[in-house]
Amino acid sequence: MEIISVKDVTKYINDGDTLLIGGFLGVGSPDAIINEIIDSGKKDFTVVGNDTSFETNGIGRFVKENKVKKIIASHIGTNPETQKQMIEESIEVELIPQGTLAEQIRAGGVGLGGILTPTGLGTVVEKNKTIVEVDGKKYLLEKPIRGNVAVIKAKKADKAGNLIYSFTARNFNPIMAMAADIVIAEVEEIIETGKINPDEIHTPGIFVDYIVLGGDEK
Amino acid sequence: MNSKELIARRVAKELKNGSLVNLGIGLPTMVANYIPEDINVMFHSENGIIGMGPTPEEGMENKDLTNAGNGFITYVPGAVSFDSAMSFAIIRGGHLDITVLGGLQVDENGQLANWMVPGKKIPGMGGAMDLVTGAKKVIVAMTHLAGESSKIVKKCTLPLTSLRKVDLIVTDMAVIEPTEEGLLLVERAPGVKVSDILKATEAELIVPDYVPEMIV
Repeated sequence: MEIISVKDVTKYINDGDTLLIGGFLGVGSPDAIINEIIDSGKKDFTVVGNDTSFETNGIGRFVKENKVKKIIASHIGTNPETQKQMIEESIEVELIPQGTLAEQIRAGGVGLGGILTPTGLGTVVEKNKTIVEVDGKKYLLEKPIRGNVAVIKAKKADKAGNLIYSFTARNFNPIMAMAADIVIAEVEEIIETGKINPDEIHTPGIFVDYIVLGGDEK
Repeated sequence: MNSKELIARRVAKELKNGSLVNLGIGLPTMVANYIPEDINVMFHSENGIIGMGPTPEEGMENKDLTNAGNGFITYVPGAVSFDSAMSFAIIRGGHLDITVLGGLQVDENGQLANWMVPGKKIPGMGGAMDLVTGAKKVIVAMTHLAGESSKIVKKCTLPLTSLRKVDLIVTDMAVIEPTEEGLLLVERAPGVKVSDILKATEAELIVPDYVPEMIV
């Protein structure tokens, strides 16, 4: 675990990477890192996140500034730019039920070969997927999702990388922290190791590779 | 009383003491305003909280405390926050008592379409498919008509949200319960005649001899 400057994050990110990005409509989104990646000129990312936020913040900026070739998300309704680019076919969008997306990313991080869920059975989500019957009940087989890099946001970290999140800014962040080759966490505060009660830690520091001290901007 | 308030007031009567409830964005959110005083419920929001409270006063917002529609919220004593996998474990795992969702169409099988209009509006399903699949009780709160056309149809023409039969449909004209036999007309809105409802409904309705007026 290493504490790095936001200016250094793009050393760990390459064109065409799959990025897991935390946040729910921009809440709990690592905005300082996102802005740095966008300004670096790197591109052609596959971005995995709950939603594409709004045009001006969070994942929304990736779409607006044409840094994305594919989006995997549960909701794009708050970002007209995503819908426009999807209809023009300049980006590919894969829509996934929110609970399924969470479990696919979790599966990617915890060594599971996929998950079986009833959500999406009999709907367009079922298309091209395997149906598995267990004890007489049908489920969709949904495969794990992993990223090259996870870019997440937490409230605070200690110098061992242990993370604590805040209220609904937690959302996808702890799940994504488990599911990428490199995990970069933006935090609002870094404190000495040993100053957080182990019972209060949400993400064990062993999952985190780099910590960036960002602002507390929304 | 406008039609949205009427729907929200009627849905609020379905909430039981001690229920865990998830309200969808838009009209369903209004239900929180009309809960009877003697009923205590906890609100779940899929972005990761149980115990959602009302909108904070201006200047008291916490940037990390929001609902699934990106509005600022407060929390009540006993509240708990969690990640998205836990949030949907609660929903999909059958631990959520009631979900109230908006609808684009509900059909004679009681199946709901509420997440996209192909070629026109593709917002994504968000949490809707998990909510309809996993909640113990699914209530659809919507206007009876979209312009001139009925939203209660023989067969959904829009993409389904789930195969699951919803439990209750509350509109500004009627309360309808999907049953094994078909759609049962349970109540009519104040001042609305059964014949008005039949005229505004594309689907076949089962009409009992007596259809009481909604009490709101």
